[in-house]
Amino acid sequence: MDFLTVIQILDSTVRLAIPLLFACLAGLFSERAGIVDIGLEGKMLVAAFFSAAVAALTGSVWLGLLAGIAAALIFALIHGLASITFRGDQLISGVAINFLASGMTVLIAQDWFSQGGRTPSLSGTGRFNSIDLPGANALEAAHAAAESPGMGLSAIYWELLSGHTILVYVGFLAVPITWWVLFRTRFGLRLRAVGENPGAVDTAGVSVVRLRYAAVLICGLLSGLAGAYLATGLAAGFTRDMTAGRGYIALAALIFAKWRPVYALGACLLFGFLQAVSNRFNVIDLGLIEIPNAFVLALPYILTVVILAGFVGKAIPPRAGGQPYVKER
Amino acid sequence: MAFQDTDTGRPGAAPDPSPGNRGDGATPAIELRGISKSFGPVQANKDIAIRVMPGTIHGIIGENGAGKSTLMSILYGFYKADAGEIRIHGKQTAIPDSQAAISAGIGMVFQHFKLVENFTVLENVVLGAEDGALLRPSLAKARKLLKQLSDEYELHVEPDAKIEDLGVGMQQRVEILKALYRQADILILDEPTGVLTPAEADHLFRILDGLKREGKTIILITHKLREIMETTDTVSVMRRGEMTATVRTADTSPEELAELMVGRKVLLRVDKTAAQPGAPVLQVEDLRVVDSQGVERLRGVSLDVRRGEILGIAGVAGNGQSELLEVLGGMREGQGRVLVNGEPIDLTGTRSDARTRRRRGIGHVPEDRQREGLIMNFYAWENVAFGYHDDPAYNRGPLMDQAAIRADTEAKIAKFDVRPANAWQEARNFSGGNQQKIVIARELERNPDLLLVGQPTRGVDIGAIEFIHEQIVALRDQGKAILLVSVELDEIMSLSDRIAVMFDGRLMGERLPSETDERELGLMMAGISDTGGDHDIAEVERNLAHPSGDPHKES
Repeated sequence: MDFLTVIQILDSTVRLAIPLLFACLAGLFSERAGIVDIGLEGKMLVAAFFSAAVAALTGSVWLGLLAGIAAALIFALIHGLASITFRGDQLISGVAINFLASGMTVLIAQDWFSQGGRTPSLSGTGRFNSIDLPGANALEAAHAAAESPGMGLSAIYWELLSGHTILVYVGFLAVPITWWVLFRTRFGLRLRAVGENPGAVDTAGVSVVRLRYAAVLICGLLSGLAGAYLATGLAAGFTRDMTAGRGYIALAALIFAKWRPVYALGACLLFGFLQAVSNRFNVIDLGLIEIPNAFVLALPYILTVVILAGFVGKAIPPRAGGQPYVKER
Repeated sequence: MAFQDTDTGRPGAAPDPSPGNRGDGATPAIELRGISKSFGPVQANKDIAIRVMPGTIHGIIGENGAGKSTLMSILYGFYKADAGEIRIHGKQTAIPDSQAAISAGIGMVFQHFKLVENFTVLENVVLGAEDGALLRPSLAKARKLLKQLSDEYELHVEPDAKIEDLGVGMQQRVEILKALYRQADILILDEPTGVLTPAEADHLFRILDGLKREGKTIILITHKLREIMETTDTVSVMRRGEMTATVRTADTSPEELAELMVGRKVLLRVDKTAAQPGAPVLQVEDLRVVDSQGVERLRGVSLDVRRGEILGIAGVAGNGQSELLEVLGGMREGQGRVLVNGEPIDLTGTRSDARTRRRRGIGHVPEDRQREGLIMNFYAWENVAFGYHDDPAYNRGPLMDQAAIRADTEAKIAKFDVRPANAWQEARNFSGGNQQKIVIARELERNPDLLLVGQPTRGVDIGAIEFIHEQIVALRDQGKAILLVSVELDEIMSLSDRIAVMFDGRLMGERLPSETDERELGLMMAGISDTGGDHDIAEVERNLAHPSGDPHKES
């Protein structure tokens, strides 16, 4: 395995990690506010569909992005209505959202495009195209021409750092922003408090309902970005159930990250890496044993169980997670 | 930050001639007129009127369910009153939510603290009262103000400590600081001493005195007569949603207040003869319990309880008393040696369960009747059968003999005066006292050799407290052994024949009720065994701030 292969796997890691990262940060906002969100998967899926559909219809990926985010926000509001306003069971609401999204997207896709539940392939302005950082192309050309060993390292720039869509850079930027919002702002303090002890927030004269809706909407926005990236950045169009469990992997990453933004980045990169490796190799040959790629794909779940079992430090979820808030003394 | 101001401006309104207010003619800091509130058919508050003058401590005393908490919830914007008006410093004020209460200068210290456990003291104080969108300036300002307040009022706390690492006394101080930070000048405390040791409670009252001298108005809600007598200037008594009297504290007596609370004469002391202890029934040697987190909850407890005596275990909640009861009751495994009537019982394995314990003559009234003693959605008669449902008298062949259970339940209901006397009522629909009577009836009527009782009168009204205490003493007089665990020091002092104090999973020592007092027991509860010397509050608090403590039975 040469250096360029490693860089290519890492490059693919970044691409695959971004939808996880958006979804994971989405879940982080929601769960930090005490709203468990198993419906990340569904929100990503509707966002993927509507972004691809609108991009296909209008030819503008930006309109597609807006449509995807809007769809995810509507689903987030449904979850908020069920779990905050009507104090329903958050798991049930989330599962319902996933089923609704899975059925609805295929149905509408078939009705609109008659292509067996998919959208037409996107191209040109209908997709997020990769951005080449300054000088990247020149460096790549130089690398192809000259086989000097020093030029190999330049691949880190032109292959790994350059050549991603705008959403990838937005995704990485979202990590420090999330950290800053959570730990350096008034909103963040209140958000974390409402996930730990809504009673404390309420008696301090702050509306629990408003805070939780805000969190759920931010969750909608970020899962909208995740879905839109999936359909218009990573792939070129929507296909049936294209999220393929990424919402659940993002939840696993959230637990793995112990509900912390910077750890979330690490967890998503790790899970993205595992996916990239299994995409690249059918079988991983370690000399003595051969590991099938299915095992690599299952690793995120295995690691999450290990974390939950408390082998790698304790993962303490927000204390009020999953519980509807009822005013009482 | 503006609160709704709907002052109707009635300058000619005649001042309410309620007694006991200092500085007649001045405007009361807080005045309630005709407050009523009902929940469905239950009238929780009925035409309540109170006037509290600035710079005084006003007590509100009443039994559980008398409507004190509802009244305070109305004052703090949790509930909206059906009728009536609230006047703050003479101005009619609507309090639709907590924000409005805070703006009106009302601060509340709840019985169950409203603190975010994994936040620092500073973050908790600032939460909801931040100055701007960024935290840093607010936190810096709060740090300065906290320092000032703590110097002024003996409210010392470490601003950067996490709440979960603080003892309850300090957590309570954080709550007071929260209110002061929001510039409250009316401070309401709901059952503030329920979780404090006597030394901590004394310290709290010193703080309240200091606040009062600064002109703050304090409302103290409690069911403890002694606190009312020692700290308040005026006192209102509530019974069944009504305010039955408001008097100057100096003009009344505990006996009178108790009578006003209950509506009849009550015995404040338990009437009992000296114990006639016989052979030991329970012998515990070096009992140890490690919880699921790997924390040692019991660290080698040895004690015995003899026939015809009550051994009371005093201690601050979370110091191992719960675990002791759970091991003996068969709800938890442990290590060590426990003999019942001279025969060892299993502490681990399949024969260490509650059923086996019951067969060995151990009755158990668990600490938390709602979670461990009863199934709240089940009928009274079903609850009476639980734990004894395999009794042949309750069964006919493979089926349960429901008629027999119901007949038995009715007999128990009659004997223990459970009201309403309805075997078909769900446990949740009985009052706390009557729920407890159902549990006590179930366990006592089995005639156990050893009775384990945890918090027998928590959340129980005075009438039922008297009755339950009588039943426990009667069982003792029949020659049974009783192990009593209670966080109410009064209860321990008046019921026990011997008192053992528990701290941090160990027994600090034993005392005879006649040879000790609350002060000594309080120091032992804080892990101080040299009770003769001088000890300051800081030492008590250092000892009580044990992060491993698990007062789960309190919440």
